[in-house]
Amino acid sequence: MLWDIEIKPAPHQPDREGRRLLGEAQSLGLNSLRDIRTAKSFLVEGDLDAAEIERAARTLLVDQVVEVFSTHALNGNTTQVTSDKGGNKLIHILFKPGVTDNVAQSTLQALQGHDLHADRVATCRRYWFNADANPDELRRFGEKVLSNAAIELIVEGPLHLDSLSIGHPYAFVLNTIPLLSMNTDELVKLSREGQLALQKDEMLAIQAYFREQGREPTDIELETIAQTWSEHCSHKTLAGRIRYREDDRETLFTNMLKETVFAATMTLREQAGADDWCVSVFRDNAGVVKFNDDFDVCMKVETHNHPSAIEPYGGANTGLGGVIRDPLGTGLGAKPVCNTDVFCFAPPTMSANELPPGVLHPKAVLSGVVAGVRDYGNRMGIPTVNGSIFFDERYLGNPLVYCGNVAMIPVGKSQKQANPGDYIVSVGGRTGRDGIHGATFSSIELTHESEEISGGSVQIGNAITEKMVLDAVLTARDLGLYSAITDCGAGGFSSAVGEMGEETGAEVWLEKAPLKYDGLSYTEIWISEAQERMILAVPPHQWDKLHQVCADEGVEATIIGQFTDTKRLVLKYDSHQVGDVSMAFLHDGRPKTVRDAVYRIPAERPLTKPTSKIGSYESDLKKILGSGNVCSKEWVIRQYDHEVQAGSVVKPLVGVNDDGPSDAAVVQPLLNSKRGLVISNGMNPKFGDLDPYWMAASAIDEAIRNCVAVGADPQCIAILDNFCWGNTDRPETLGSLVRAALACRDFAVAYRTPFISGKDSLNNEFTYIDAEGKKQTVAIPASLLISALGQIENVASAVTMDFKEPGNLIYLVGTTYDELGGSHWADIQGVIGGTVPRVRPESAMLLYRQIHELIKAGLVRSCHDLSEGGLAVSLAESAFAGGYGATCDLGTVPTEGDLDDISRLFSESNSRLILEIKPEDPQRVDEMLSNIPHAAIGVVSDKPRLTVLGLNEQIIIDQAIDDLKTAWQKPLTWE
Amino acid sequence: MAGPKVCVLRAPGTNCDHETAFAFEQCGSQAESIHVFRLLEQPERLSEFQILCIPGGFSYGDDIGAGVIFGGQMRSHLAEAIGEFVQADKLVLGICNGFQVLLKSGLLPNGAASWPPEATSEREATLTWNRNGRYTAVWVKLRVESEKCVFLRGIDDIELPIAHAEGRIAVRDNAVIETWHQNDQIALTYQPRRFANAPQTALAGVGGGGDVATDEHELLAYPDNPNGSVANIAGLCDATGRVLGLMPHPERYVFATQHPQWTRRNLTGAGEGMSIFQNAVRYFE
Repeated sequence: MLWDIEIKPAPHQPDREGRRLLGEAQSLGLNSLRDIRTAKSFLVEGDLDAAEIERAARTLLVDQVVEVFSTHALNGNTTQVTSDKGGNKLIHILFKPGVTDNVAQSTLQALQGHDLHADRVATCRRYWFNADANPDELRRFGEKVLSNAAIELIVEGPLHLDSLSIGHPYAFVLNTIPLLSMNTDELVKLSREGQLALQKDEMLAIQAYFREQGREPTDIELETIAQTWSEHCSHKTLAGRIRYREDDRETLFTNMLKETVFAATMTLREQAGADDWCVSVFRDNAGVVKFNDDFDVCMKVETHNHPSAIEPYGGANTGLGGVIRDPLGTGLGAKPVCNTDVFCFAPPTMSANELPPGVLHPKAVLSGVVAGVRDYGNRMGIPTVNGSIFFDERYLGNPLVYCGNVAMIPVGKSQKQANPGDYIVSVGGRTGRDGIHGATFSSIELTHESEEISGGSVQIGNAITEKMVLDAVLTARDLGLYSAITDCGAGGFSSAVGEMGEETGAEVWLEKAPLKYDGLSYTEIWISEAQERMILAVPPHQWDKLHQVCADEGVEATIIGQFTDTKRLVLKYDSHQVGDVSMAFLHDGRPKTVRDAVYRIPAERPLTKPTSKIGSYESDLKKILGSGNVCSKEWVIRQYDHEVQAGSVVKPLVGVNDDGPSDAAVVQPLLNSKRGLVISNGMNPKFGDLDPYWMAASAIDEAIRNCVAVGADPQCIAILDNFCWGNTDRPETLGSLVRAALACRDFAVAYRTPFISGKDSLNNEFTYIDAEGKKQTVAIPASLLISALGQIENVASAVTMDFKEPGNLIYLVGTTYDELGGSHWADIQGVIGGTVPRVRPESAMLLYRQIHELIKAGLVRSCHDLSEGGLAVSLAESAFAGGYGATCDLGTVPTEGDLDDISRLFSESNSRLILEIKPEDPQRVDEMLSNIPHAAIGVVSDKPRLTVLGLNEQIIIDQAIDDLKTAWQKPLTWE
Repeated sequence: MAGPKVCVLRAPGTNCDHETAFAFEQCGSQAESIHVFRLLEQPERLSEFQILCIPGGFSYGDDIGAGVIFGGQMRSHLAEAIGEFVQADKLVLGICNGFQVLLKSGLLPNGAASWPPEATSEREATLTWNRNGRYTAVWVKLRVESEKCVFLRGIDDIELPIAHAEGRIAVRDNAVIETWHQNDQIALTYQPRRFANAPQTALAGVGGGGDVATDEHELLAYPDNPNGSVANIAGLCDATGRVLGLMPHPERYVFATQHPQWTRRNLTGAGEGMSIFQNAVRYFE
């Protein structure tokens, strides 16, 4: 019997969801929708009578203080009776069969725990609309707002269901692909139609390998190779051969990343000698550095861009879930202590009518992504402590979602090795059809059809499963029950087992993998990207103990194979051998192509300042404060638990009203030690439009500057790179990336900040057919995120950015240059050109060290970095965060050359900070800053206004801090 | 001698057990984090402890509703062990998800007096979705209302963080609030948290207000009352004062440096949240 338990808000409770949806309908201009009411429903199948269903509802499913319910038996042939009898239009939204439904799964277990014999449960959302709602508008609303076709289906009218059963028994058939006789065109076609994302040369190499073997490949072999060689898993472009030309110079890289980013770290490690503090870098799932005598710390930042474009919630949800598994799969397993997230979206203010086909509205993408990160991080109990959001129209159709995780690992646990004879053990979630082809999909350019053809690549996470896996794995780690661990990410078992067994060999028994439902083929099991799975190498004598530790936490652990010494990957299903490939071919057989990269240094164009503007900067300042990149992100931040684990020291929002923008997060990861971590990021795609070299240099400086501003030791900062670029098959696009990588090398060495891990995501472009039938491609701007992992000796010496006491002096440290190129001031003025900010590492490093000394000496009451919007924005933020005004004189600003008021206020020159100093301390401070450009430019005042005196001694800004704050808070204050 | 033994009871998805146990240990008790699966296997183990604490997190994902599944286990499989525990002169503390579990199990608001409740009996109060419809993390100011709540002795007001989606106390009938008053069961209420020189915030009032305010208990707006809880209630205790549930997280304020404004107010040393754990431990001295 199939039952429907329908639950609605009680009469005295608001239908909040209905109200919200009505607002959405109005904003889309769907004016025939005038009344929307909502219900949720549990569909329960099993040997249950009406009284038992009633009991299920009352004891578990319905909160009768605020909800009312009704139950109905569903029979596929009869019209469904629902509680609504008003003749209104009804729409149901259900998950597509096989899509992970966490609520249904928990409900099933809970019902069974209460002796209610349910066999299957599904959840469903139900909406009623006014009877005269226009059917076309209703359909559009259903498709655009109520559901996501990638994972959900819409049923108009009553449900004609009589069972929730899915899947069917699988009958084994071995599939071989007749590859040997194919010509080049056929090979290319096979790659495209099979979503293998392999290039022509790669298909030819595979053909040659199997000709040598004297047989056709099986489907699983081809899939394994495609996954291993995918851009996502192998980074073949950036870790490959590149011929780079910059003006007249030509450089040939055999492994571009190794010779730039990685080389910088090697140089620094050699220079450090015995003081080398890198533990494990660029070799594992996350980079590891020293923290204290007992623990090392590791960090990883990943992207999940393409899945988030298709299904923002699930994409971001599993993006964070995936990056949390990276540290857990680093060494013998690290314990996550905080998350970071950085997003790039098109402006949420875009009109729905401007959107090309196949594109979700940027506001829907933003909301979905934030909710996805929120629900995974909060449920895992890992605080999300730092992040940023950047807006640019070029992220339309291809948003960027960077998720990072920082974790602690005991000293001595950072190395691992799977040994022949060890069992291959899958721990955690079950395997379903989720996310098939994620690895190859993420390496393909998005098109307007992606929403339809790639829906299977979308995964839904279950954070609670991952939390249980985390608890079990850390217990097993401390008991020494396994010899190696890695996560199942893109490529699923294929990637995890293939990597772990690279040096040894492995044999996998695919029929042993626990499945969510019947009917998966051996290949689907092998490449499924079902979430929340880890692969462990377990010595046979530890298996019983490991199994018990997992069972104690309610976690499933299953032997799915064994590591061997054959250096081959052998795949079996029952007694059938379905795959046999040498590890050597799998990992080194890819043809090495040389890619061309070109960068032409553009002639600098002068920036023309609009003369009419001179003397009036208040509206400029407010416009910048209200611009997407600068404005308050409180609406987002307050949805994240940023304090769980009790390590929070400097929060993302600080100041007298807990709402000023912190420069970086300070986290105390071990409750019994005062040593802290400092987490920050640097990114500025706008600089990249002028010169990716200085963009990269600026991002590094910004990340370090943010760290130093809250008290991090500038001599103990590790950094991570994440390159998100357009299609690097174009030499110009690849050239701009190489130029950024060269800056990474140069400035990591100059700042003595080693890169410890990195990741890239290429082909971030969106193609669609416009109204005139022309093919249009939008490439994202060059987007390099630098994440910084700093340390602070004692968290009690940390500093925040809010002004603290009236009468204190405001110091500006660092030189201001005429560098308005790529600035937010230029952006709001709509002017282009100008000099992009440079980085002068020697003077910057000296400055950072001395500021750190001042902070340690307790001489700094507040410190805020100067970045987007320059001095004007920083002063405004520190003032309204602290609830005090400030009076400043631009004539005192240390500059290089003659700078006008505009440049002094809004130039985004790097390596500058403002410090708040007590009136009794200037002498000591001046002494400690004796070699460093600095000046007292103003005072904190108890009059709540920001007042700035220009060069001609006229007041050029005089604004109430309330007004500045409102301008800053308003854009992202959403209901 | 060693202090009382604390059972920090966790379920799949509990995630504040570590820092909660830490807070208890800092006050001289012996805290042990126990998985509810172990207690389901051996319910009698609960009798080894003097304090039962259900910490924050998302037990079973809060998939059906916050605390519902864990609460269901308390009410069914663990009913007897819990009953014996609360009949004895022992303490029960539920923080955030733990409060949700206590309320949905039926152990709050009336403690041993109505334990175990009928499985299908209708509750008089619940914790449901925040007025703003989303998970919210923010610091709040609280006033201690209850004179007999063991955990809150000697505290007048306290600042603590909340972080939840389903923290709004809603009641079937407003009359129950008067009963709670009479029995001294309203443990903590949200208070205005304003600062002399604070500029106004554009976010103030968003999601605030509500339609279940009673005349004598005017609802504070967001963020002072962050979820729209009836009568601004943040925590409830039973009539003995030995069972307390609260939405704010005292274990997140055991060091001064956890306060959002410690750098402004020059706070050092322990955080105010520690006193709640100290009160619990001292009860057994």
